Amino acid sequence: MSLLKVEHICKSFGKTEVLKDISFEMEKSNVLSIIGSSGSGKTTLLRCLNFLERADKGSISIEGKKIYDGEDSSFLKPEVLRKNRLYFGMVFQSFNLFPQYTALGNVMLARQLEAKKDPLYKEKKKEMLEGIEAEAVELLKQMGLADRMNNYPHQLSGGQCQRVAIARALAMKPDILCFDEPTSALDPELTGEVLKVIRALAEQKATMIIVTHEMAFARDVSSEVMFMDQGYVLEKGPSKELFENPREDRTKQFLSRFREGNA
Amino acid sequence: MDSFFEQFPVVFKALNVGFLQTLKLFAVTLLGALPLGLLISFGTMSKNKVVSSIVKVFIWIIRGTPLMIQLLIIYYFPGLVFNNPIWGGDEGGRFVASAVAFIINYACYFSEIYRGGIQAIPVGQDEAGLVLGLNKSEIFFKIKLLQMIKRIVPPMSNEILTLVKDTSLARIIALQEVIWAGQSFMKGSQGISGAIWPLFFTGVYYLVCNGVLTLLLGRVEKKLEFFK
Repeated sequence: MSLLKVEHICKSFGKTEVLKDISFEMEKSNVLSIIGSSGSGKTTLLRCLNFLERADKGSISIEGKKIYDGEDSSFLKPEVLRKNRLYFGMVFQSFNLFPQYTALGNVMLARQLEAKKDPLYKEKKKEMLEGIEAEAVELLKQMGLADRMNNYPHQLSGGQCQRVAIARALAMKPDILCFDEPTSALDPELTGEVLKVIRALAEQKATMIIVTHEMAFARDVSSEVMFMDQGYVLEKGPSKELFENPREDRTKQFLSRFREGNA
Repeated sequence: MDSFFEQFPVVFKALNVGFLQTLKLFAVTLLGALPLGLLISFGTMSKNKVVSSIVKVFIWIIRGTPLMIQLLIIYYFPGLVFNNPIWGGDEGGRFVASAVAFIINYACYFSEIYRGGIQAIPVGQDEAGLVLGLNKSEIFFKIKLLQMIKRIVPPMSNEILTLVKDTSLARIIALQEVIWAGQSFMKGSQGISGAIWPLFFTGVYYLVCNGVLTLLLGRVEKKLEFFK
């Protein structure tokens, strides 16, 4: 059974149809890159997965269990939404770190708040908080930020901020980690360090969906690539195949510039 | 008692008593208006159009009319119209009526400052909180509140300094604050009459008080410089 199954997702903003009947499946430990020109609906699709946008129609299932259905309002209850969106982690283009918390604080915050709701919190407060901190420290080390943990976001470079954001998303142990153009706000030098971290996650078999304009990276790191155009999925296939032998003319056209640059 | 040196100890004592009342009104107003203003700002930002419209009209009325009229209405209206002087005629009653008028008035000004502060926070902060599974109140209290406070300290400082001076408006319903105390020596009180200097001298109290507040608020601003 596939880990993620998205069926017939439609989304409009006013009269503009942004997503038109999107369906796809994804296996565990795969990396899926979503490519396509600006305005093709990539980011909106990602935002529908974690309910930052509500799909008008269609459904989303994790391991066969439905977590969203546009026709069933019981999935829209705040508590249900909150629980179900935790299947997904999200890394934003603009990092969205919390400025008043240190790098470590950013990674720990949600887990600490979650722990407070645990009935055992009063008795086991110290152990729980120590556990959360140890995990956060470990994650930041993994991101190469061992010496930056106590810095505030404004004291960090863009690349460092984005790595903190990745650690923050990982701290919630999501089944699928989503990236929304994670390097678009970074200069080429800083882009490299973020891509390196994502690559390392792929090697550790993390399941990821990456919306990106970094074609070489998408080709190398992903197991599958999905090409979106005007709200449709035009084609989806193994990364190598899609990049080397795109079936659709529109895909060929989109990839031509990239292919020329790499020829 | 015609010489300044004879008058001074008597006046000083009376002004101190008056200024204590001024400070009390200031403190109570702040304590009431700071939280009430936040509540009102949520009202203006409510998705419920009926709620937000009612609150906006209320703010328009309160900010659009003089605080002095509001003081008079709140103090005299119940007694004159309903024959039910709920505040009583003593100093305690005048204080409560003044505090109510001031809290409502200042809460409306504060609410607009809060609203500006909250709306200036990028929507990405909400979204980052949401995807981490935080609920609305956690997002507000743990993420947005401090960012809002940092943004509003400068405009809030302005309002707070103005409030210190505005308390003198309560004089209109004869609250015995510092200006009332200073003025009493013009008409005649405790063997001193026709003295204008005590009234001018009240200005020193406001100056000193606002000097201290300016320093304190500057410190708060400085404290919040650890993040951007």
